[in-house]
Amino acid sequence: MKREIPILITLVSGLFCLIAFFVPHPFVHDLYGDVQNWAIVVVGCTYVLGVANLLRINVRQAQRMEGDWIYKIVLIAGLLVTMAVGFSEGNHYSDPNSRFTWIYNTFYSPMTSTMFALLAFFIASAAFRAFRIRSPEALLLAIAAFILMLGRVPLGNAIHPYIPIAADWLMEIPQNAAKRGILIGAALGVMATGIRVILGLEKTYGGGGEGGA
Amino acid sequence: MSGFMAGLRTLDRRWIFLAVGLLVIIPLLFRFHIAPVVPSHRARGFYDAIERLPAGSTVLVAGDYDPGTRAENYPMHLTAVSQLMRRNIRIIGIELYPAGVPLADAVLRVVGAEYGKKIGIDYVNLGYKVGNELVMSSMGTSIPKTFPVDSRGVPVARIPVLKGIENFQQIDMIVSISAGYPGTKEWVQQVVSRFHVPMVAGVTAVSAPEYYPYLQAGQLQGLLGGMAGAAEYEVLMNHPALATRGMDAQSLAHVFIAFMILLGNAAFLGQRKPSKG
Amino acid sequence: MRRELGGTFAPVTTIEGGVHSYRDGAVSTGVAYEYQLVAQPLDPQLDSEISASTRAVAAWFDRTKVNVLVVSGIFFLLLFFYIGQAERGVRWTFRTIPGLAAIEEAIGRATEMGRGVLYVPGVQEIDDIQTIASMILLSKVAKMTAKYETDLLVPTNSPGVYTVAEEVVKSAYADVGRTDAYRSDQVRYITSEQFAYVAAVNGMMLRERPAANFLLGAFFAESLLLAETGHSVGAIQIAGTANVHQMPFFVVACDYTLIGEEYFAASALLSNDPRLLGSLKSSDTVKIFLITVIVVGSLLLTFGQSWLTDFFSTQ
Repeated sequence: MKREIPILITLVSGLFCLIAFFVPHPFVHDLYGDVQNWAIVVVGCTYVLGVANLLRINVRQAQRMEGDWIYKIVLIAGLLVTMAVGFSEGNHYSDPNSRFTWIYNTFYSPMTSTMFALLAFFIASAAFRAFRIRSPEALLLAIAAFILMLGRVPLGNAIHPYIPIAADWLMEIPQNAAKRGILIGAALGVMATGIRVILGLEKTYGGGGEGGA
Repeated sequence: MSGFMAGLRTLDRRWIFLAVGLLVIIPLLFRFHIAPVVPSHRARGFYDAIERLPAGSTVLVAGDYDPGTRAENYPMHLTAVSQLMRRNIRIIGIELYPAGVPLADAVLRVVGAEYGKKIGIDYVNLGYKVGNELVMSSMGTSIPKTFPVDSRGVPVARIPVLKGIENFQQIDMIVSISAGYPGTKEWVQQVVSRFHVPMVAGVTAVSAPEYYPYLQAGQLQGLLGGMAGAAEYEVLMNHPALATRGMDAQSLAHVFIAFMILLGNAAFLGQRKPSKG
Repeated sequence: MRRELGGTFAPVTTIEGGVHSYRDGAVSTGVAYEYQLVAQPLDPQLDSEISASTRAVAAWFDRTKVNVLVVSGIFFLLLFFYIGQAERGVRWTFRTIPGLAAIEEAIGRATEMGRGVLYVPGVQEIDDIQTIASMILLSKVAKMTAKYETDLLVPTNSPGVYTVAEEVVKSAYADVGRTDAYRSDQVRYITSEQFAYVAAVNGMMLRERPAANFLLGAFFAESLLLAETGHSVGAIQIAGTANVHQMPFFVVACDYTLIGEEYFAASALLSNDPRLLGSLKSSDTVKIFLITVIVVGSLLLTFGQSWLTDFFSTQ
């Protein structure tokens, strides 16, 4: 029963959502709206579960002084202090002079931006290391890459006005066509996987043992 | 020469990182100008779509991004809100990224002060709601039920700018400033396709090509791609600012990456590598 | 303008002069309404007559989605047909996907080197189909690592994914009779914040130095950060995603990449289950149908016939 009940729930709810997509009648749609609201509540609850998990694992590792336990203490302290500050300030947590905003602007915002900024460095090193022109197709790709990289910045237009025009054409015609092909294929893959999950053909995602059996 | 090539093949990537760092920092510090920004037709579509809105319209501005993509999304968010407030268009802000609320609050507050707009009267920020597409779908039924209070905790029934706003039927346009998921694609799928609300979008550069089909199909009226798109928009607004200043650094970085491709191929010329999938 | 019977007119929307129809979606079932077109700028001489009263009736089927129903219906019919064929013993040949063949090779390499395997299931919630597909593949990878007694580490970025991944790995180890080898800290919830998660996973790669990285799921900006760091520690990397804007980064930085539908087909191909392969066959057949529609539709449109294109357009 432990395996059958989740599969049955998946089947019923999957088929219901599929039907609700085509049926606008309030008899179906009102219930669909309620299901959506339940889903919002469930998703919200998982955040509570997440915080509890985070604390459980990191407190245990800090207590046992396992590996980089100092960082676990920093993590736990950061989590608890930020939560305490946020709760204490209530609806005023995003006021310009609030302590929460100070934590956001001093720690969170710069660190998140920095991680994203690392991409610029990694792209340069990946371009040097991995972009090999070993075939005519790769050469075409490299030429397209050069045109696009110049066409996407003001320097390209300054070199020649046709560079951004060529870049736009590459993006709007061949790139778009190829992307649509990939998207159609991926969408069919999504449909196939979704149907396999709804019909219970795939069971392993729920820890249900052998898939397809 | 072969020694130089051998050295290149074993080049410590930290030299590459240093070069990228200098090429980005120097133009930002010394603000020398490489080339003027020329707006694209996509940015022009974004600008024109908002210009066509009559004064007094109501626009939903979805600031679905967080500090990670601040460099790309914040300038376009700022400029879009500037254009809307300049045209006396009412703004309802929402965010589907929890860390995006302070950024959206900052944009509305800063630009609101510049144009003498009042919170609650001319604009409001409804804040963040968990649920991604479910929030969009739920707003299609009722915006006040989805967001019973704004980000300050004020009940929406007491907010003048939300008077008469029940669902997307009363929204004249959606401006989606998006970093990824949930974002522009979900707004198009859940709202534009179902409720036929006009929409413009400002997205990160890496995801912009994904939205070209929507632009071509008319589901988007305009599209800003990355910091370059934000710079083009600033030029159209006649107010070069954050994004325009960053374009010189971006120009040099792009040229450097093109050079790295050539250098990498030159260094590994004649070396074989097994084919991969 | 619209009013309920006996009420006053109120504006509904403003439409362009060339538009000939409008769907009013903000009506209540069973209520009688009257409509009138009013010119902008106001000019009473151009206003239309008030329409006859009409009552909104809830529909049981959204006729604007007939095209979706047709394609979905074809898919379902083909699915059941091919599953039926599979159960009768029909077998099909599918092209080899190098990335799938490399999964066992990568785990074997990790075992020989005495290093572990890192499995990153993407950065989306458990309700995303790419994450579900990742959990299916995780089960197969976990069975192989359990069999070869190789360390497996699965960092997750959502509590929902953590819960499912833990159950999947535990079941996989139990299925191959290696419950004793399973450790509770193999699957970890890191954080839901995207870049904090990436920083933590990169840290894991630099400290644990896995010999094989599996980056299978929905990825966004962090894809190159993960792939480049994985390369720097010398790991063989197999990536798979349906996010088209991240595919170029994986193709450049990883050894094998499952592109789009290859990623979704992976679980069926690895299982070799005839019914799952039947679902692959049905999606391939639908693809052929769609390609035919695109070619025929383009030709028809070239000669001025738009009925096929109009049928498939999004309403």
